[in-house]
Amino acid sequence: MLSDVLQDLLDEGLPLLGEHLVLVLSAILIASAIAIPLGVAVAANPRWRRIAIGIANIGQTIPSLALFGFLIPIPFIGGIGQHTAIIALVVYALLPILRNTVTGILGVDPAVRDSAVAMGMTDGQILRMVELPLAAPVIISGLRIATVTTIGTATIAAAIGAGGLGVFIFRGIASVDKVQILAGAVPSALLALAADGALSWIEKRWVAA
Amino acid sequence: MSLIEFRQTAFRIGSKSILENFTLAIEPGETVVLLGRSGSGKTTALRLINGMHLPTGGQVLVEGRATTDWDLVRLRRSIGYVIQESGLFPHFTVERNVGLGPRLEGWPDARIAERVGAVLDSVSLPRDDFRARLPKQLSGGQRQRVGVARALAADPKILLFDEPFGALDPVTRLELQREFLRLRAEAGRTSVFVTHDVREAMKLGTRIALLQAGQLVFIGTPAEFQACRIPEARAFLEVFEDGE
Repeated sequence: MLSDVLQDLLDEGLPLLGEHLVLVLSAILIASAIAIPLGVAVAANPRWRRIAIGIANIGQTIPSLALFGFLIPIPFIGGIGQHTAIIALVVYALLPILRNTVTGILGVDPAVRDSAVAMGMTDGQILRMVELPLAAPVIISGLRIATVTTIGTATIAAAIGAGGLGVFIFRGIASVDKVQILAGAVPSALLALAADGALSWIEKRWVAA
Repeated sequence: MSLIEFRQTAFRIGSKSILENFTLAIEPGETVVLLGRSGSGKTTALRLINGMHLPTGGQVLVEGRATTDWDLVRLRRSIGYVIQESGLFPHFTVERNVGLGPRLEGWPDARIAERVGAVLDSVSLPRDDFRARLPKQLSGGQRQRVGVARALAADPKILLFDEPFGALDPVTRLELQREFLRLRAEAGRTSVFVTHDVREAMKLGTRIALLQAGQLVFIGTPAEFQACRIPEARAFLEVFEDGE
């Protein structure tokens, strides 16, 4: 009897875990593709830096369920389903990645940057060979924070039909079924811990190298 | 033709004048020491040579061409630059740090490896012991030696030194000063050396240029400097004589 229940949860849970991973990885990849180049571009300019971080900050301040609600009626990007959820998750992931990219680039020792210029490196070479490698541990730390937060926030995406492990949680709450709630909550918590551990390991390896 | 020439050079930031009416010609093979107090404009003068600053008045000529007419990347790659605390890339090994200039110039790998080994040996860092180390695994003096090796690697005609030994203990400082004199005797490159240490200036310079509040107030050999009656020169010489 119990094994049947667990088998049912597993049969349904694996696709939901897959959906959850798609939501999280898509959001982090898109957010990184926006926030890392943006952070590099605005780091040197205090005014643009303030504006970019200010906008990303506003995005993160909106409560998650409210943001999903705001997005649904918007033509083209809104509606029910996975793509709306990914957009909302991107908005949430932007700030930690952007802020850490800016911090990482600004944290590069001015004497090191100065000597790179004096050696005749071009701007592209300085960015590629000096600034990004030196800023990498701080940027990876931002990615870690964004990933862990996104794994958690993605459980709410089930509320707008985006699937993921949140489906178990919402269904469990609606039917007062602890097993269903735990079937969603435990894997998502483990996923967050695993992502945190893996990215911490990469971060530390980078610092040690 | 002078290798480096300042022609009534001025450098201002907004309304603040850092260097004014600065005229100086530096010939091949010389070591000109720019001596002055903090804020006298000596580092600015140095950075005008490799285009880290561009003059706001007058001209700076390198090999007869104004720095404003040079491709700045090309200009900088043809000049070695050593700064205080060495400015080494912390994530590069000694080998990558030293070989960077030649690599940027597109030298083949085998030639870079040979050159890195040769310049490390020349600054008394045995190549096999130091090649694979990171800057954090070196002492302050060793880092400065790597900084000098890096500046020498691409075989530049001109070397610029911005207070390179300022942060070192007196013993290491003396060792590196001797090393500098030995390398100069061997290679005969043109060097411009910034310091506020009059003893260092007397020891290393073939000529001393004394700056005061952005103006060149004296240029001459160390012997001429020692006989100079200008008050700012006397102030420095008092320090020198006190130390003897």
